[in-house]
Amino acid sequence: MPSVITKIRQKQIEQLIEKGNRLDGRGPMDYRELKLELGLIERAEGSARVLLGKTEVVVGAKIQMGEPFPDTPNEGVMTVNAELVPFASPNFEPGPPDENSIELARIVDRGIRESHMIDTSKLCIEPGKKVFVVFVDVYVLNHDGNLIDASALAAVAALTNTKMSKYEVEEGEVKIKSGYEQLPLRKHPITVTCAKIGNKLVVDPWLEEEQVMEARISFAIDEDENICAIQKGGSGYFEPEQVFEAARIAKEKAKELRKKLNW
Amino acid sequence: MNDKPEKLLDKKGLRLDGRKIDELRPVKMEVGAISNANGSAYIEWGKNKIMAAVYGPREVHPKHLALQDRTVLKCRYHMASFSVQERKSPAPSRREIELSKVIRESLEPAIFMEYYPRTMIDVFIEVLQADGGTRCASITAAALALADSGIPMRDLVVACAAGKIEDKIVLDLMDTEDKVGSADVPVALMPNLNAITLLQMDGILSTEEFETAVKMAMEGCKTVYIMQKEALKTKYVTAKGEGEEEEAKEEEGKEEAEE
Repeated sequence: MPSVITKIRQKQIEQLIEKGNRLDGRGPMDYRELKLELGLIERAEGSARVLLGKTEVVVGAKIQMGEPFPDTPNEGVMTVNAELVPFASPNFEPGPPDENSIELARIVDRGIRESHMIDTSKLCIEPGKKVFVVFVDVYVLNHDGNLIDASALAAVAALTNTKMSKYEVEEGEVKIKSGYEQLPLRKHPITVTCAKIGNKLVVDPWLEEEQVMEARISFAIDEDENICAIQKGGSGYFEPEQVFEAARIAKEKAKELRKKLNW
Repeated sequence: MNDKPEKLLDKKGLRLDGRKIDELRPVKMEVGAISNANGSAYIEWGKNKIMAAVYGPREVHPKHLALQDRTVLKCRYHMASFSVQERKSPAPSRREIELSKVIRESLEPAIFMEYYPRTMIDVFIEVLQADGGTRCASITAAALALADSGIPMRDLVVACAAGKIEDKIVLDLMDTEDKVGSADVPVALMPNLNAITLLQMDGILSTEEFETAVKMAMEGCKTVYIMQKEALKTKYVTAKGEGEEEEAKEEEGKEEAEE
């Protein structure tokens, strides 16, 4: 998806970052303003909207009954899907998910799955036969860079807001009772992305920085400050020292965000 | 799947297949396995059996994808339906689409893309048998295929994984270790440039463990790198040997004719 950015603009962004400044006035380690809204879609069991600067993502979580995977008969199922809605960017097109949307969904998925955020053992209704399936659908409504962090935040936020109907099993039949309970959660992973521009690292790249960057690297960090998922992207490379630096930055930023969000 | 082993490390600290913690599986490579392709390679890494082939630089298809200042690299990672225990549908899965993307991004930094504007380079990877660590073996083979095709490169790309099983960081996870273990960190490296071109992770690691894992994977990469260069040389030494033989025969023929 080569969207055009003029050479002069490219140079300007690179030179500013070299000096530790950014075009939108931020420092290299500053996130854009983050706004979070919960439960905006009443029809969904859980939902959240994240505004990261001008990047806007809505996530809806739906819960349905389904079959467990044969190798984990006692556990519920979680799936993540991402839609890059055509109006979110001139470069998005309608149609089946492309590699960008699949990668985005899989990064969000790994953060949630590998941190063991959802206690899937509590989603089992009948071992090997019936479990609850949590569908996490990410809708990107406006693309102004760093979809990964915004989507991961929105997905985790939507799950904290997700309610499950109470049920009982009568003679093999599942009956839905009135009332709800919170989806059983254990962790709240936070994903932090660093972009490499020139030979410098900046967090939370916005659109034009993404067009200039050589590569990006994303870390999902849980509350014990462990890393639970990583993804490098982009057609450039990182030196090993830069990777370790990015990991330290991610840990620091995740801590800050966690405090702000109270997760 | 009830054949999950209880212990991944025995009392002596050896792994299920008898390897030490920092030991690679046996790796075998062969350059030039597919005669139709511009470059190709075959790799056996443990029980992984993978072929990679390169076509191009050639005309861009579809045409509108062409870039005016550099070539377009396309990559397709695909697993054969019989490569895994349960038959896999041959249609590309989401995993394969993601891997195709990250593998492409791991190879791109090595290629002088600006040498071939308005063209396309296709890299096809076919996993015939999978045994954990297919993306690393695929990258290693694909880089060999690119080199074999004669496309100018900054360095070979070589990949290897490290991971965590039973609280120990170990090199090169095989299938069972990957499934039962607690973390997997594949790393792709251009050893001469000290540049990491692919890095992924799933599982749970502390920052210290992560650094150890990356360093261990990089050591693994460097070992495989030597074998990679050896495989390239072998093809051309053999080709040169055959060429010389043929030349000698021709000369003989000529001499005979002159007589």
